[in-house]
Amino acid sequence: MQDPTVSNLDFEYKYGFSMPQKYIFKSRKGLDEEVVGNISLLKREPAWMTEFRLKSYQIFKQKVMPAWGADLSDINFDEIYYYIKPTDKRANSWEELPKEIKETYDRIGVPEAEKNFLAGVSAQYESEVVYESINKELKKVGVIFCDMDTGLRNYPEIVKKYFGTLIPPHDNKFAALNSAVWSGGSFVYVPKGVKVPMPIQAYFRINAESFGQFERTLIIAEEGSYVHYIEGCTAPIYSTNSLHAAVVEIFVHKNARVRYTTVQNWSNNVYNLVTKRARAGENAVMEWIDCNIGSKVTMKYPSVYLFGEGARGEVLSIAYAGKGQHQDAGAKMLHFAPNTSSRVISKSISKNGGRTSYRGLVQVMPGAKKSSVFVSCDALLLDEQSRSDTYPYMKIKENDTTVQHEATVEKIGEEKLFYLTAKGISKSDAEGLLVNGFIEPVSKEIPFEYSIELNRLINLEMSGSVG
Amino acid sequence: MLQIKNLNVKVDKKDILVKINFNFEKGKVYAIMGPNGSGKSSLAYAIAGHPGYKLEVESLKFEGNDISDLSPEKRAKLGIFLSFQSPLSLSGVNVFQLLRIALDKKIDPLTLKKKIETTAKKLGIKKELIERSLNEGASGGEKKKLEMLQASILDPKLLIFDEIDTGVDIDALRKIANFMNDNKDGKTYILITHYNRILHYIRPDKVLILMDGKLVKVGNSKLAEKIEKNGYERIVNS
Repeated sequence: MQDPTVSNLDFEYKYGFSMPQKYIFKSRKGLDEEVVGNISLLKREPAWMTEFRLKSYQIFKQKVMPAWGADLSDINFDEIYYYIKPTDKRANSWEELPKEIKETYDRIGVPEAEKNFLAGVSAQYESEVVYESINKELKKVGVIFCDMDTGLRNYPEIVKKYFGTLIPPHDNKFAALNSAVWSGGSFVYVPKGVKVPMPIQAYFRINAESFGQFERTLIIAEEGSYVHYIEGCTAPIYSTNSLHAAVVEIFVHKNARVRYTTVQNWSNNVYNLVTKRARAGENAVMEWIDCNIGSKVTMKYPSVYLFGEGARGEVLSIAYAGKGQHQDAGAKMLHFAPNTSSRVISKSISKNGGRTSYRGLVQVMPGAKKSSVFVSCDALLLDEQSRSDTYPYMKIKENDTTVQHEATVEKIGEEKLFYLTAKGISKSDAEGLLVNGFIEPVSKEIPFEYSIELNRLINLEMSGSVG
Repeated sequence: MLQIKNLNVKVDKKDILVKINFNFEKGKVYAIMGPNGSGKSSLAYAIAGHPGYKLEVESLKFEGNDISDLSPEKRAKLGIFLSFQSPLSLSGVNVFQLLRIALDKKIDPLTLKKKIETTAKKLGIKKELIERSLNEGASGGEKKKLEMLQASILDPKLLIFDEIDTGVDIDALRKIANFMNDNKDGKTYILITHYNRILHYIRPDKVLILMDGKLVKVGNSKLAEKIEKNGYERIVNS
């Protein structure tokens, strides 16, 4: 059962560990029509999804790699397993989980999170959701929270209506790839007027060499509803590059509000290329809170399409790039209707030659009168080798618009460090304190448990014991 | 308790401090006076271990141990505290977070919080100042009080106050001086100042005059009064 490559794994991963893998089914490396068709077949999907996958695969083949952002030349699509099914059936309780998976979760603290948040944990292990405990209260009020495969099986009409309509396969190469081979992810449906009192969260984790993760998440918030969805992840190290290309589509209907929080800490060999987009209706509110600490390369620009009058979009993000890391992240705000407002606050930190880029697009369409735009991006450099760039694109095609844009780059000053070290604080703790202070305007928006974790991760990064 | 033997500091080939020799004794209050640019702050930085200052020194001993090669935090851990002339603003970091880490999280957070609140009350520091980003939007006097607050909680043996009286109104100055007087037991104070102002409230045992990086005169508290009347030039040349 144990994968022979496991013994070759590098166990030096800073926060992690790699568990022996137990698979029921693993597709062969590389991608062709047969692999795509097999995924659909194994999942017993309806014909329209099979067609959607095959069509997406054709688009993926035609699309060129994006050349405008981070360096993606090391990605080898032929070296990746596109589908792995870890256990034969989904476990409904903690006790039913295989021992290795339980141990993995014990180390990242899922049971702890579960104790704190009763709304339910749908934890994704490799490409399939294996552990999922749905709060009964959610069901009582008609909220659906399940993995995407279950969603497709049990709620085909809803899925068909929305799936791939906000992020079509031809949006970009990685959206096409995800559309062809997606597996897992979450499906959330919140009925009209229902306000989910607790955050819904999904922990997930990848644990196989050369294995990409292609989750597909779909969230629908009906009129006047509210939901807060949290995804957090840590990953063990692999000896070869690993690809993570997720797609998240969110529909926020009239007067509804959705908050989507991410704490991303992939190991430093992961390509994290994610397409996240939300559509906000009349007076709807969409908030993305996005923290990117790990990965080798991240390209992620959460977007809000403000379609309804009075809709509001927000992206609050934190990016940390250490040695060999490039965080190319930002936001996209598209104003289609009058009285829409958007706010983007981006905080990035570079250390040990790490590179952060803020890449943002704000577009105000003709007729989107009285719209307001606020963009603020701050970069903090911890040494001379590190780098930060800002690419803010603004396309304002309506005169009756308020636009504010601020950008700062600061270096962590020797004087501030001396001020703190002279009070008895070590240099690395002082850096951690200053960095955590720098990101505080964003980190205070993250649920407490996660912001603690984030602070801890940043302190670990600063302490130089990792690299 | 602090012995300085033949201390020289150069920055960009310029002599900042020249052949400083002095022995600070335990439990005493010292005032270091001198005109602008005379090297007062540099001496404080040299003692605290500023990384930008390369010392040439025969010995720099604190309680018998040479500290000239130690990092600032190690010196602080031994009991040296430096209150800054212009304390920097730290966005997103409050005084509680600073002190919690400075104390290596050895004090339980609730106890520390109470301690900070009690001390802040004694010093007349508004509550919102201890909760918000350190020194952000604080007046000169409030910043110095916040330095005093840190000194009180960290409980060092040697306290160096760099211009604690600059930019401070008379009420704040009196509060700070009274606080020092109340917490003098066994502690050594070095007050760096231009003026005699603070010395009306806290009486120095010895006054040191620095000029052009040299220690030119040492006297008792009367020396400070003479300077106030006659200025540095006349006193030093007399």
